[in-house]
Amino acid sequence: MSHCATDTQNTPASLHVKSEFTVALAGQPNVGKSTLFNLITGLNQHVGNWPGKTVERKEGTYSFDGITYRLVDLPGTYSLTANSPEEMIAREFIIREQPAVIVVVVDAAVLERSLYLVAELVALSSRVIVALNMMDVAQQEGYLIEPHVLQAALGVPVVPMTATRNLGVRELLQTIHQVARGEIQSTPHVPEIREDHQSVLEKIRTLIAEWTPAPYPCHWVALKLLEGDQEITRLMQATLPPQQWHALHEILCAHDDALLAVASGRYEWIGRMVRAAVTRPRAGQISLTARLDAWAAHPIWGLGILTGILGIVFWLTFTIGTPLQDWLHDVVVARVAEMASLVLAAAPVWLSSLVVNGMIGGVGSVLTFLPILIIFYTALGILEDMGYMARAAYVMDSLMHLMGLHGKSFLPLFLGFGCNVPAVLGTRVIESPRARLLTILVAPLIPCTARMAVVAFLAPAFFGSAATWVSWGLVLLSLGVLVLVGIVINKTIFRGQRSAFIMEMPLYHLPNWRTIGLLVWGRVVAFFKKAGTVILFISMVIWGLSVLPTGELNTSWLAGLGRWFEPIGSWMGFDWRLTVALLTSFVAKENAIATLGVLFKASETEGLAETLAATIPVSTALAFLVVQILFIPCVATVATIRQETGSWRWTLFSMAMLLGVSLIAGMITFQVSQWVGG
Amino acid sequence: MVAPPTLDQICPLSTLSTNARGIVVEITAGKDAVRRLASLGLTPGAEITVIQNPRYGPLIVLVRNVRLALGRGEAQKIQVRRCE
Repeated sequence: MSHCATDTQNTPASLHVKSEFTVALAGQPNVGKSTLFNLITGLNQHVGNWPGKTVERKEGTYSFDGITYRLVDLPGTYSLTANSPEEMIAREFIIREQPAVIVVVVDAAVLERSLYLVAELVALSSRVIVALNMMDVAQQEGYLIEPHVLQAALGVPVVPMTATRNLGVRELLQTIHQVARGEIQSTPHVPEIREDHQSVLEKIRTLIAEWTPAPYPCHWVALKLLEGDQEITRLMQATLPPQQWHALHEILCAHDDALLAVASGRYEWIGRMVRAAVTRPRAGQISLTARLDAWAAHPIWGLGILTGILGIVFWLTFTIGTPLQDWLHDVVVARVAEMASLVLAAAPVWLSSLVVNGMIGGVGSVLTFLPILIIFYTALGILEDMGYMARAAYVMDSLMHLMGLHGKSFLPLFLGFGCNVPAVLGTRVIESPRARLLTILVAPLIPCTARMAVVAFLAPAFFGSAATWVSWGLVLLSLGVLVLVGIVINKTIFRGQRSAFIMEMPLYHLPNWRTIGLLVWGRVVAFFKKAGTVILFISMVIWGLSVLPTGELNTSWLAGLGRWFEPIGSWMGFDWRLTVALLTSFVAKENAIATLGVLFKASETEGLAETLAATIPVSTALAFLVVQILFIPCVATVATIRQETGSWRWTLFSMAMLLGVSLIAGMITFQVSQWVGG
Repeated sequence: MVAPPTLDQICPLSTLSTNARGIVVEITAGKDAVRRLASLGLTPGAEITVIQNPRYGPLIVLVRNVRLALGRGEAQKIQVRRCE
């Protein structure tokens, strides 16, 4: 170890009994870190955000041998440079919180690349354990790895495991226990920088030795300076006296290519480890991944396969989901409403109406979306966990280029077909801030299940057997507008900049049900929260506006609001009721139907669909569908856009843009269909 | 069409055809891209195999046993020495 690193002293094991240890879980993306985290903590986990960052923070607890451990899941990062907020968070946590143990998960099948993060971590802490995951995949790919040889070469404990089959997890917990209590003490073999830069590193080290601020190890700071790390350079510029800084600055400027010397040094170190511990697969062996990719990543067949898979996902979602939704609506919600009216029979009429029409009617119809969302996100979860989504991103890259985006932006957009909120959150996978912002701006143009539900309800009422064609037309229109808006924003605001497309294509593997289950669970809980709070509240507000002040709908405040907007609505053939339905859809898209239900007061004998078909002309109906599918997204999405962009300016820009686009499209639709029909 | 590069010639990665192999000599991309490529295993000296290089769009390469998708623009900035 380097001379200026201070060794952490271990207190005797007896003092630690019963106390709580912090264990950090580090690892590169696609190494099965989440699977392991979920396996260890189960539902004893808390998901939040890292303070001040839009990066997810997962933390959980577990017990081993009577001791409670706090497991902190660090963001998945390829390295510990200051490339991204994720990498900053991971290294700041290790440096400042000094976790008792750092478990770094590596993928045995891509050991060389995986060990890069280990090479960075052993320079920061000696309390590292390597969890050698995916041993089954490595074996399947024809590798023979000897964990004990790797352990001897690295100088830190190595635990072979297959998290997806729960193999080796107990051994890992046992090793964590031993390292935390100081029963295992390691002296890692730290990588050296390439020879031609060793003297420079030494020079920097002596220059900053006295000045390195407290929790930062000085040899590490020296290395990061040489790597050209902006954060650390800024830190040292602020700390060093001017004379020292100038000397340092000169050295750094003379070696601004040192980044690759540092990286090469790490790979040389890795090469030694791998040569010792791994037997390469036989030459000429074609892996499963290569065989599948010949089709799935083919520039032409790949697109066909993607289309097919998307078709199947939507078909499954709606074939299984829609009957379930209808059943929930007709049986469960109707029965709850019936029971509520019986219970409230003696209560004042307004109270019974508030509960039955306002609350149960509003929230109930939203909750019936649950089966559809669960099926959609389970299907996506399977594709994601198997490694397919990277192939989808690859084949979509050329198309995304039209908008100055690259393939990775396709993934969050695809999530948007379920709900726009996870789509906006999902843009976190995009590294370039510009590409991320652009993706967020176009994401609301993906028709979500709620918007499609409005279409699915209204289209058959007006277009009968042609409803399917109208629905497809609306989806294609939406996607067409998305591409157009993307091109325009990229050409004007972003002046045609383009970001680098560099993405790992993980090996295919069997899906893990636990991981998928937790993924779906997380998204469903978010949906429930939305239904229980925002939508419940607004259902009650809308009900209130529709009965106050006179108790008559036609003279209510809601009607007044709609009439006030009528001049704009009339360009699209809307009367005030359609305008009101559109306004309430800002709260939640599904509300459009509920509002129409209240405003058109479906009679006992005919349902809402029949009433609407009888009162609204077809051209108006078509314009309404077009406007609602392109309109400002629901309030939950807007709030998420604000949170993720951190800017009111962009949030308002997004709303204004979508308002303009939807109204223009609505007017064109109305005028054209009038002209065609008239 | 430009003739495919001969052995030992230094050329951009984007000109290598499917199944061709080479050693990375130089990366002339911006600092951020170089750093990201390095953390994914693409450094000078690394052996690289082209898995798929269609005429348009991104490439797939194998480097340090990792499959990487690379935009054509990025591949043009990676100089390799062809081998085999």
